[in-house]
Amino acid sequence: MAAVPTSTTPGAAPARPRGARGALRRLTPARVLFFLIFLGVPLAIYVVFVVSPFLQAFYYSLTDWRGLSRAPQFIGLENYVTLFHDPVFLKALRNNLILLVTLPLITITLAFTLAVLVTVGGDSRGAIRGVPGATVYRVVSFFPYAIPAVVVGILFAFVYSPNGGLLNGLLQAVGLDVSIGWLGERRFAMAAIIAAVVWSLVGFYMVLFVAAIKSIPSEVVEAARIDGAGRLRLAVQVVLPMVRGNVSTAAVYMGIMALDMFVFVNVMTPTGGTGKSTEVVSRYLYETAFSESRFGLASAMGVVMALLTMAMAVLVLVISRGKDEA
Amino acid sequence: MSTTTTGRATEPAPAPAAAGSSPPRRRRPRRSVGDRVFGGVSQIVLALWALIVVIPLLWTVFSSFKSTRGILTSPFALPEHWNLDNFVRAWNQAGIGRYFFNTVLVVGSALVLVMVLGAMCAYVLARYEFPGRRVIYYALIAGLTFPLFLAVVPLFFILESMGLRGTYLGLILSYVGFALPFTVFFLYAFFRQLPEEIAEAAAIDGAGDFRTFFQVMLPMAGPGMASVTIFNFLGLWNQFLLPVVLNTDESKFVLAQGLANLQAQQGYRSDWAAMFASVTITILPVLVVYLIFQRQLQGGIGPSTNK
Repeated sequence: MAAVPTSTTPGAAPARPRGARGALRRLTPARVLFFLIFLGVPLAIYVVFVVSPFLQAFYYSLTDWRGLSRAPQFIGLENYVTLFHDPVFLKALRNNLILLVTLPLITITLAFTLAVLVTVGGDSRGAIRGVPGATVYRVVSFFPYAIPAVVVGILFAFVYSPNGGLLNGLLQAVGLDVSIGWLGERRFAMAAIIAAVVWSLVGFYMVLFVAAIKSIPSEVVEAARIDGAGRLRLAVQVVLPMVRGNVSTAAVYMGIMALDMFVFVNVMTPTGGTGKSTEVVSRYLYETAFSESRFGLASAMGVVMALLTMAMAVLVLVISRGKDEA
Repeated sequence: MSTTTTGRATEPAPAPAAAGSSPPRRRRPRRSVGDRVFGGVSQIVLALWALIVVIPLLWTVFSSFKSTRGILTSPFALPEHWNLDNFVRAWNQAGIGRYFFNTVLVVGSALVLVMVLGAMCAYVLARYEFPGRRVIYYALIAGLTFPLFLAVVPLFFILESMGLRGTYLGLILSYVGFALPFTVFFLYAFFRQLPEEIAEAAAIDGAGDFRTFFQVMLPMAGPGMASVTIFNFLGLWNQFLLPVVLNTDESKFVLAQGLANLQAQQGYRSDWAAMFASVTITILPVLVVYLIFQRQLQGGIGPSTNK
């Protein structure tokens, strides 16, 4: 969506300047007012509430700021040094990186598989179609996306509860006598949180992929079939490359999500879990800032995660573009 | 919605991979063994996922009608009698009613504001040439990539210094600010697509900039406005970090925040029934909105689905 000035429509007389896009030709008072209101008001809100906090965060990360009582002292990179010697921060960072790998991988694989089944998984003869009932599956799978993350967290805290929780209940119903506190045990807590996140997001990406797959020209899929491609090859070698753009967009979104995770972790394991087994940087940042008033240190954590997020996004986009050229 | 391709519908397709390039053997379409096996497996996989999605939701709704003891002793039994005690308790004592009102107020105002301001901003950026236009556009898009939790610490103090911390207005303006990049990004594309002739016709008919926008361009961007509104609604209804940091006055809590707070309080840990009722109250309106608008939603996030 580059801002290239568009040429006039063919019918328009060449001598006449372009219409509204010619803009500032005549600066009438009415037009100045128009610009002030239409551009000025939204931008003022954006600058005050979004741009300036981000810029200030970078500055605070270089200070020892601990609240309003004392003016912040500039201490250079000391906060960053402190951070990388803090075992809890390193543990949290490690957990975020584990999430960064597992969460997109599981979600996208599952979402893509389901999307393929509902779009091209049906009969191999005749027109390409999904399995019967595809619409119902798609609508139902999307449900969890409409549920706020906090509620998903609370819901799954109940599901995983050691007493009367749904998961233990189901396991007992099939004959396994367990009463595990899934979120309380180091071994299971992170996996349990990942499962809840996957549950809530698969439907959204499935719908995204369904739309992308439907926009593939049917000739392409049919040609592959005539050439004898089985369903697995069709999905992996024909459909997947054609929706690669959507897959990498999904990977970036999921990556941003995995480097945040504040809501899920905060609701399901409010203190970062047993032995910090589910601690993530965003929750640790929140605690450092608003319980311990170490705002400078907390800002440094935010900056580290912001840089990591951007590096991740660039990496994913470069990899997917690199494949385009290959 | 289950549009299938309208391609060559009678194309005889070879049986799965093994058949290789062998010529089509039969004219009469019959389901091959491979088809049936695969179809069966697909159905099982999809049905299984649908169950995984639905069971926790049904469990929640059913549990919200039961007593706490009933939930703990027989988690899978249907409620013995459908009473609304839990809902009354959640709505009044647990404060869900007030949280609900707060949420509607904050999300509703922020939604209206961000749609109006976002549409205006996107319109100017998309349809007028002026110096700095591109810089403004990219500065807005950059806002999409920064993590929110980087901004909350300074934002807390900005609102504090403006006297807006802990007020509805402060929360609403913050919601608007952070929803603005997404809104402008999508509406920009919509306004960009609108034909130039119409703006010209409006100008020739003597409509000024304001009238051209409100009476000509905005109505034409209707479908785009609808899907962006729905996504913003879900996003703002979902918002948790901003209220938790900025809105610390319990009487002004929004639903997400109030629920998390209830869950953290030991008292409501033991009153599962009221908690389930609270969760049900939060889920149901959004699910209803979703079911009404699901066509727009599913069409809105990807390229056109009716290929």
